[in-house]
Amino acid sequence: MAEGLGEFIRVLAERCTGCEACVGVCPAGAIEMREGVASIGDACNLCRACVSVCPAEAIEVAAAARAEAAEGQGVWVFVEHRRGQVAPVVYELLGQARRLADVLGTKVSAVLAGEGVAALAGAVAGPVGGGAAGPLGAELIARGADEVLVLDDPALGDLREEPVAAALADLVRERKPEIFLFGATALGRSLAPRLAARLGTGLTADCTGLEVDPERRVLVQTRPAFGGNLMAVVVCPGHRPQMATARPRVFRSLAPDPSRRGEVVVWPVDGSRLVSRTRLLDYVEEVTETVKLEDADVIVAGGRGLGGPEHFSLLFELARLLGGAVGASRAAVDAGWIPYYHQVGQTGKTVAPKVYIAVGISGAIQHLAGMSSSDVIVAINKNPQAPIFKVANYGIVGDLFEVVPALIEAIKRRRE
Amino acid sequence: MKVIVLIKQVPETTEVRINPETNTLVREGVKGIINPFDTYALEEGVRIKERLGGTVVVVSMGPPQAREALQDAIALGADEAVLLSDRAFAGADTLATSRALAAAVRKLEPYDLIICGKQAIDGDTAQVGPEVAELLDIPHVTYVRRIRELEPGRVVVERMVEGAVETVEMSLPGLITVVKDINQPRIPSLKGIMKARRAAIPVWTPADVGISEELVGLRGSPTVVEKVFVPQVERRGEILEGSPREVAEALLSRLEALGVR
Repeated sequence: MAEGLGEFIRVLAERCTGCEACVGVCPAGAIEMREGVASIGDACNLCRACVSVCPAEAIEVAAAARAEAAEGQGVWVFVEHRRGQVAPVVYELLGQARRLADVLGTKVSAVLAGEGVAALAGAVAGPVGGGAAGPLGAELIARGADEVLVLDDPALGDLREEPVAAALADLVRERKPEIFLFGATALGRSLAPRLAARLGTGLTADCTGLEVDPERRVLVQTRPAFGGNLMAVVVCPGHRPQMATARPRVFRSLAPDPSRRGEVVVWPVDGSRLVSRTRLLDYVEEVTETVKLEDADVIVAGGRGLGGPEHFSLLFELARLLGGAVGASRAAVDAGWIPYYHQVGQTGKTVAPKVYIAVGISGAIQHLAGMSSSDVIVAINKNPQAPIFKVANYGIVGDLFEVVPALIEAIKRRRE
Repeated sequence: MKVIVLIKQVPETTEVRINPETNTLVREGVKGIINPFDTYALEEGVRIKERLGGTVVVVSMGPPQAREALQDAIALGADEAVLLSDRAFAGADTLATSRALAAAVRKLEPYDLIICGKQAIDGDTAQVGPEVAELLDIPHVTYVRRIRELEPGRVVVERMVEGAVETVEMSLPGLITVVKDINQPRIPSLKGIMKARRAAIPVWTPADVGISEELVGLRGSPTVVEKVFVPQVERRGEILEGSPREVAEALLSRLEALGVR
């Protein structure tokens, strides 16, 4: 029997039929037959291949004695903001947190750190309604939080990773949340691991699915790996909090409900203990295009089928007529036809526009990972077997050099 | 200046196949390479050495064959390489990996700068860099696209964030993770390849770096992968047929019904 942290795999001897199916599938070669009954050895890596293959349901994953660390209450969301301007992913996470907390029968807390944020959140300690909280506090509550935990100190000013991780770690140790969610943004992907290492707990990156198993009271996290070719289901059974990041636009935020009630709690911070050995000297926005890809309602994206950089002008014209932006597959970017900031997919941007028009894009899984949550997908491709048609709501099998100009003309005709 | 570069050996392609019966990865015939993002980290380390003098030490954790990736790193200009390899390291999640790497780095002290790629192409987590920095109690900056200034005790870098570029000053020792934009990695020189062939690459175990087996590998990993599966993405689609003009009209009517005009 192999034992990981919190879990091990065991054979129920009375059910085992001795069929040896598990022996054949074990990648670690950890299973041997003893007196006609399967026995799992130390080489077991908890992969569970044997569990799923056993026709007699004689192999199960069992929880070891629950680690004492697995206590805690509440679902937390880190409020990423820039001078009080909240990143949209925070509201998306609050929607997930609300759902998870309702299953667990617990509270949602939005954790807001920074300098001068107490005033924005509504600095009055004690219960406040949507009206009495500051605008920021009221918004976080309307979007699903029961409580806004405020850490306000000059040392947290630019949300530098070291002091914020230190302050959050103190708060976690004090209040013991069971789940702590971060946006998979540049800041979230830098801060969350720092905090997880400080707390010695697990962190699952870029989750696309978050559920709770109420029986085990664990967060069941689904995430892509190998560039989206595989999905992995990850749990953190023996440590709290269970930490996860999720990319922007993977989840939907709740519509604000101004009648929701909650509290704004300002937590004391000992700023003298918060040191940062990095300092932000400058912040310069890079304006790349008129409509930002992530914010566009319509995206017209091109791939290898365009055949060369010059043909992207067709897509720019179509996008302009539809008030949208231009995206690209990795193949088009790697070929140097269009800059990287247009790239949609696992190694590019994740987008979820109302309409995504894929032109000459075959639809590799890595590309689909970045756009499959679009409301409506249109595929234009001359290969009817292209995988993009599997995810498309509307497919046009044809030559893009005929179809796209026809679309442009048709739009112009309607505008006249 | 002493630079430590942390690298990972990954499968050459992310187009993995999965055995549908066992739900396990098919690894036969897949070649191991240096994680592509780590090649930029290595190149940056070698350029720093060429500019300011010093040494570049490459560290990796993995099975015995990860030695090939370290040899490749020496061929590309690294001076020394160390492999963390032991059964006890196997099955590690990002935290257990970071603990092992941090323990190895402590053994290599003193150093000025640690460089990592922004993430590995197999796991895509981007977590090991910041976790190693925290465990070593040094500062870190992620997504660095340019080192502007570098001198003993201090570095100024440009960091890519959403829609903007930050200029960040960091005290040294510290850790950075780098993006593709930072440089163009070289190809190995003949001299480098010869050197790599002769290079002695020590293999360190948990005992060698002074870390408990409880803290590394599968046993030291807070997270557990319960299962893996191949994603199924499918929706019911409508194929529009006709001349280009007909399909264009048909598509526009449908999009207009959705409020796009």
